[in-house]
Amino acid sequence: MATQTPTPVSTAADAVEPAAGRLPRWAPWACFAGAAAVAAGLELLGDFNIALFVVYAVVLGTLALYLASRVTEGRRKATDRLVTAVVTSAFGIAMVPLVALVWEVVGRGIVRFDGEFFGSSLVGIIGEGGGAYHAIFGTLIITALTTLISVPIGLMTAIYLVEYARGRLKRAITFFVDVMTGIPSIVAGLFAYALFVLFFGPGVRLGIMGAVALSVLMIPVVVRSAEEVLKLVPNELREAAYALGVPKWRTIVKVVIPTAIAGLGTGVTLAIARVVGETAPLLVTVGITNATNFDPFDGRMATLPVYAYYQLTQPGVPPEYAIDRAWTAALLLIMLVMGLNVVARLISRFFAPKTGR
Amino acid sequence: MAKRIDVSDLNIYYGNFLAVEGVNVSIEPRSITALIGPSGCGKSTFLRTLNRMHEVIPGARVEGKVVMDGHDLYGADADPVDVRRQIGMVFQRPNPFPTMSIYENVAAGMRLNARRMKKSDLDELVERSLRGANLWEEVKDRLDRPGSGLSGGQQQRLCIARAIAVEPDVLLMDEPCSALDPISTLAIEDLMTELKERYTIVIVTHNMQQAARVSESTGFFNLNGVGQPGRLIEFNPTEKIFSNPDQKATEDYISGRFG
Ligand SMILES: Nc1ncnc2c1ncn2[C@@H]1O[C@H](COP(=O)(O)OP(=O)(O)OP(=O)(O)O)[C@@H](O)[C@H]1O
Ligand SMILES: [Mg+2]
Repeated sequence: MATQTPTPVSTAADAVEPAAGRLPRWAPWACFAGAAAVAAGLELLGDFNIALFVVYAVVLGTLALYLASRVTEGRRKATDRLVTAVVTSAFGIAMVPLVALVWEVVGRGIVRFDGEFFGSSLVGIIGEGGGAYHAIFGTLIITALTTLISVPIGLMTAIYLVEYARGRLKRAITFFVDVMTGIPSIVAGLFAYALFVLFFGPGVRLGIMGAVALSVLMIPVVVRSAEEVLKLVPNELREAAYALGVPKWRTIVKVVIPTAIAGLGTGVTLAIARVVGETAPLLVTVGITNATNFDPFDGRMATLPVYAYYQLTQPGVPPEYAIDRAWTAALLLIMLVMGLNVVARLISRFFAPKTGR
Repeated sequence: MAKRIDVSDLNIYYGNFLAVEGVNVSIEPRSITALIGPSGCGKSTFLRTLNRMHEVIPGARVEGKVVMDGHDLYGADADPVDVRRQIGMVFQRPNPFPTMSIYENVAAGMRLNARRMKKSDLDELVERSLRGANLWEEVKDRLDRPGSGLSGGQQQRLCIARAIAVEPDVLLMDEPCSALDPISTLAIEDLMTELKERYTIVIVTHNMQQAARVSESTGFFNLNGVGQPGRLIEFNPTEKIFSNPDQKATEDYISGRFG
């Protein structure tokens, strides 16, 4: 109870605690600035190390703030400030790899982020120049095909689970969907490969095989997110439609899906982001090529992740140029995923039911 | 075309739980029938069996007969969707469709059933229904605004407009005024009195005065204890129920000496 009603409790505590002063607004900044100065001094004694400097500054600053608060404001406020500082530091630590990764990829990828990269393939390129035109289109085509396969199957499965399935069958399907969510991506690739070998013989490589492999990964993600969203549609709306004499399937199409459309769109977009950077399944199903191939039903295609992999592992001599291209492909992939996340947010913003209050 | 409903030996189950037992009652056309009784005694459950909304809940089932003008609603040839087209329902909590405008909400019965209608006819139907629900004046300038942007009482009247727009023969209302202020309540009571010229109306209410004010007949539901099924203890003309009921339990409940 006490945690849920902070206002009355805090007045009571203030009344009880003897030292109920207040630190000024700038006190935390002052503490951390002072700590930074001390840390810099410590560092200057030995060699300067940026990581150690930050650690010293944060630890000392937190301690200083805690002690200052303990003396002037009392124990409860001091604990409050301590926890705030710890939580903020944890957030900072979590951000470190993300920022470092983006920093590194942008720094290296920007070198070849030019017209030629977007405009040409690798045909006849040894060493300098060349681009990922063929891989960009390969990724777009295969991702589009994957979406085309996965979204109808995934959405319909989710609708079946939420609106129709009951009892044991429902639990069985949910269980298998859960298992499929965790299946390693290389297994999906091998599955698609084995499937197509049955029809086309060993060694077959097709764009559509990649789409099938990625669908194995994407369908459960779509099912899961769509299921959660459909469950959020209040039963009262379904009953309102039934009470008007609307059949069940029309209720689903005209009431349930429109109500959930924002969440469904967001879920699908994030599912695309989940598979767009998959490498292993494409490696065994689609392979790689230096030429542009727009036909997913005929032969190998290049895709950005596999392209990056081969540029990095088999750069040729001299290696620098291929490695630069690999970083730019990586940068492009990150931009794709970020773009898809932005799209997902926009979808949920613009398609959410408007209350207009 | 108000219709008469005869219920005989109705048992209502949730899975294995018998919620309401042995209901026998005749609901007269062109009148308002009120159902009263303590919480949990099965008023909503009974109401929902009258338009086959009960079976929407997994495991829920019904034994017995509900006959509307000689036509068995639970007969082998009865289609629940058809039944619901003839028997409209207003729920305890207002539930306008959040993706639709006020206009679309009222037109929902037509639109969702893909009934072709000229735009001018539909406009007229929407206006008529909104006037019928006493909401037209308040919303006529913002018909294209979302229905969920209305106040709670306005939403409830919007739901009533939506229900009467499909022109059912019978209208079921589950505590339609429980969330409303006295003025909206009065508006809805007036509306019910108007509507009973053309419809058969069944209303669940916790408000004795309301039952006494608007209804011709009143049914009192009660249950003997927790876990026991609810029963229709007494069904009589409203005047009799409130002045000289047959059952001691009814009198106790109405005069507040319940339990
Ligand atoms: N979906 C359900 N599943 C199982 N039992 C239910 C369900 N809905 C209602 N019940 C049970 O059926 C009985 C009757 O409930 P009902 O909702 O009809 O009561 P009520 O008379 O409408 O009460 P109130 O006046 O509080 O609305 C109660 O014992 C309730 O617990
Ligand atoms: Mg009820």
